[in-house]
Amino acid sequence: MRSIFKTGAAALAVTTIIAGSAFAQDLSGTLRIISDMSDPAPRAVMEGLAAEFDEMHPNLTVNLTVVDREAWKTQIRNALSANPPDVVNWYAANRMAPFVNAGLFMDITEWWDAGDFAGLESVRGALTQNDRVWGVPYTYYQWGVYYREDIFNELGLSEPETWEQELANCQIIIDSGRHCYAIGSRFLWPAGGWFDYLNMRTNGFDFHMALARGEVPWTDDRVRATFANWRQLIDMGGFIPDHQTYDWQEALPLMINGEATAYLMGNFAVDLMRSGGLTDDQLDFYQFPMINPEVTAMGEDAPTDTFHVAAGAQNVEAARAFLQFVTSAEVQTRINGPEGLGQLPVNANASVADDEFIQQGFEMLSQNATGGIAQFFDRDWPAEMASVGMEGLQEFMVFPDRLDDILDRLEAARQRVY
Amino acid sequence: MFPTPIEKRSRAAQITYQSLLPVALILWLLPLIAVMLFSIRPFSDFGAGNYWGVPSSFELFTNYGRVFFESDMPRYLLNSVLITVPTVIGAVALSCMTGFALGIYRFRGNLLIFFMFIAGNFVPFQILMVPVRDLTVSMGLYDTKLGLVLFHIAFQTGFCTLFMRNFIRALPYELIEAARVEGVAEWRIFWFVVLPLMRPAIAALSVLIFTFIWNDYFWALVLTQGPGAQPVTAGITSFNSQFVAQYHLMSAGSIVAAIPPVAIFFLMQRHFIAGLTLGAVK
Amino acid sequence: MTAPATPLHQPRLEATWMQRNRMTVTPILFLLPGLLFFLVYVISPIFQSFNISLYRWDGLGEARFIGLDNYRELATDRNFEISLWNNLRWLVLYLLAIPLGLFIALFLNQTVTGIRLYKSLFFFPFVLSQVVVGLVFSWFYLPREGLLNAALQFFGLGTVNILGNPDLATYGIIAAGLWPQTAYCMILYLTGLNAVDPEQVEAGRLDGAKGWKMLWYVILPQLKPATFIAFVVTIIGALRSFDLISIMTNGGPFGSTRVLSFYMFEQALGEYGFRMGYGSAIAVVLFGIMLVFIAYFLWQMWRDERAARHG
Repeated sequence: MRSIFKTGAAALAVTTIIAGSAFAQDLSGTLRIISDMSDPAPRAVMEGLAAEFDEMHPNLTVNLTVVDREAWKTQIRNALSANPPDVVNWYAANRMAPFVNAGLFMDITEWWDAGDFAGLESVRGALTQNDRVWGVPYTYYQWGVYYREDIFNELGLSEPETWEQELANCQIIIDSGRHCYAIGSRFLWPAGGWFDYLNMRTNGFDFHMALARGEVPWTDDRVRATFANWRQLIDMGGFIPDHQTYDWQEALPLMINGEATAYLMGNFAVDLMRSGGLTDDQLDFYQFPMINPEVTAMGEDAPTDTFHVAAGAQNVEAARAFLQFVTSAEVQTRINGPEGLGQLPVNANASVADDEFIQQGFEMLSQNATGGIAQFFDRDWPAEMASVGMEGLQEFMVFPDRLDDILDRLEAARQRVY
Repeated sequence: MFPTPIEKRSRAAQITYQSLLPVALILWLLPLIAVMLFSIRPFSDFGAGNYWGVPSSFELFTNYGRVFFESDMPRYLLNSVLITVPTVIGAVALSCMTGFALGIYRFRGNLLIFFMFIAGNFVPFQILMVPVRDLTVSMGLYDTKLGLVLFHIAFQTGFCTLFMRNFIRALPYELIEAARVEGVAEWRIFWFVVLPLMRPAIAALSVLIFTFIWNDYFWALVLTQGPGAQPVTAGITSFNSQFVAQYHLMSAGSIVAAIPPVAIFFLMQRHFIAGLTLGAVK
Repeated sequence: MTAPATPLHQPRLEATWMQRNRMTVTPILFLLPGLLFFLVYVISPIFQSFNISLYRWDGLGEARFIGLDNYRELATDRNFEISLWNNLRWLVLYLLAIPLGLFIALFLNQTVTGIRLYKSLFFFPFVLSQVVVGLVFSWFYLPREGLLNAALQFFGLGTVNILGNPDLATYGIIAAGLWPQTAYCMILYLTGLNAVDPEQVEAGRLDGAKGWKMLWYVILPQLKPATFIAFVVTIIGALRSFDLISIMTNGGPFGSTRVLSFYMFEQALGEYGFRMGYGSAIAVVLFGIMLVFIAYFLWQMWRDERAARHG
């Protein structure tokens, strides 16, 4: 892992010397970065980036703090307001809104306009709010169903394309004494992923986004139809029990030891599946199947993770150079490879790694996501609504009979939030 | 003595008691024993579902080694020391003085001030949270060890004053009278007469405050973030996220985090219990 | 203070002033640093919180005065109601630490060999931080990997996911909290039992008091100071419960384990916006509950204090 950075640093040092890029030379002082890339592979990537950037600028000290990804969600506001670092990690779309509105992120529209981020034009929208741009993306990734190919083969199953096939598959899996899906909903958002897909497939992408914008009541019959589909899987025992107690990582061993055959997740999970002992022969990926035959244009979740400059940043020049650095085509290619994040580069000039899952994801998103691309439940919905909503989604997965009460609560929250 | 000493009971009762003791202890410490057993297992045992059987290999050194060499744990431990020790010194020093003032002198408002210290010591932290955080931020001490230390000293002064004042009250007042008659200055009475007598109280209080502060989590969460200043109680959550779902390492990490106060307790047991139970006997 | 008559006398007069007032000046000087710290960091924030609870404030911008609106919102807030009920559960059930601690103290109050070590080992959970206790118990409760369920299964009792069940989770956390708290009460009672007057015990024996009767009529009255302290620390511990909840369930599942102290933290420092005013209003309510107990404690201590003066 380290080696890719060493060679990369050397290569980059050479290119910067040749290009004589102005920003590369006179950076000094300290660049403080707080990152939420706390899982093993992303942590190594982030530490590598910081070390490399530090090495590139002799007069600059890069001070990196990696904090727990879940804890960061409650700490970021504190960090930005009390003792702002220069650069922080966060998420695109609506999830930025509270910090944009509170004036905690720096408006970096000018840097975009000055051409700092060549190759990123197509993703500018996800970072735009109130017509200003508030950060840069550094990676995005597909969601979908990761499954145990070997168990599918053993049971004679093939990748489902329709909901009927999905349910039939699941029944066979359950009959073989396994669960269809691993999930760990302790931190709520994995349940959000399920809702996203079920709702996009049941009611279509446009309806999904209308719901996110608060234009449809949660008690709408179409929303209920989504939950009814979900309930089919819950009632047949498709999900592992006790998922509300586990992190998504803690539920992974169940898939690795074969007690569950699939996991609806983002592509970042592949790293832990592989390091848990699954080979590429045992593991495969399929797009979430169609549910409503009338919804033929598939919508997909492809969340974008981001870097932002704090409004109170001390070393703005270094922060600007760092954002240029991480979004450059060369770095993008490198950090998103299977040795690094195992995800998709945001820079159009970067190359997509030659990895089974990254390639499948790229293909799916560029060719079979005609419905539209969503960020994710906790990024498309306003933050407060997302928090109440995901709590309800988790509760539904454990107590599906409480649906009416849950939807009433979500509806009350919708009327308050928007 | 109550209950009746066991040696006055029948032989059968004695044997029952003697064998019941270790069983009761094991049951009592069961959750902790479970964690200790986790911390010496290899990772592969968890994948294989072998949680409670014989470990397939004995990994004590590997696991604890990784805690110390592959994580920020040593840094968090150091932070904890750098927060705890100055707090102990500060709080004990301040309360020796306040305790002396409230225990020796009669003046109007004495009891009122004393009760204010006691009352402040009981308040829920949350009522202080917003203003204290604000104050710390505005002094530029957010996310510094000093910010935490200052607050801890102030808050612990309440409890320490209660403790010290009651201890000084129990000292023989004649000693002080005698010194005054000889014309010894008040501050010299404090330094040469009272302070030496307070040694046991200082020892007891130091051990107590050490554990209290070491174990603080709430204020660490409110006033710090990241390995630069966070003590181990708050750091352990980041540690756990680094090794998520790896129960063997998370267990080893919590045990490491717990060791210093436990060690202090076993080393200074007499003082610790004397401090804790002050007032439990008339 | 009188002005000195002549410059010549000034030093002597000053000395006498110091001398005359040393009994007032000395305590003031000795009190000052501690008192100042305490006023700035503890006393004045209490009043500031009261004030902030009347505002809408995100911790950054301008605070807007809204009177009692925060409190009105509390009255209709479902999560506040859940928190309040959970606080009540904590208060009541946490008090179990007192009889449990007494029970263990009675069990251990013997003089067999090695009993000192037993006492220490029974006590030492108290010195673990609540964070560690929380982690230890959440692993103990794990539905698949936890020892509790391994044991239940061993006895053929099936499994239970305590922290994943909204009806059980709070009790599971309280049980974890009782572990160190019982140890604390135990040590208080052990010390108390040590000091029980043997003559009174003998006298009780002669009167034919045994077992429970002896405990109730002879021993417990003598343990009153220990019981009082146990009560004080247990009540405070119950209302301060934050660490365990934050570590073990983070308020979940579906927000069912929140208590006021945790909910206040969530509101005031949450991701979705700092609601300092609303958080402060919750803290004020919590403070109000605590105030009832504080008043009672202080009254008790004041009585003791007076008795000591007159005695």
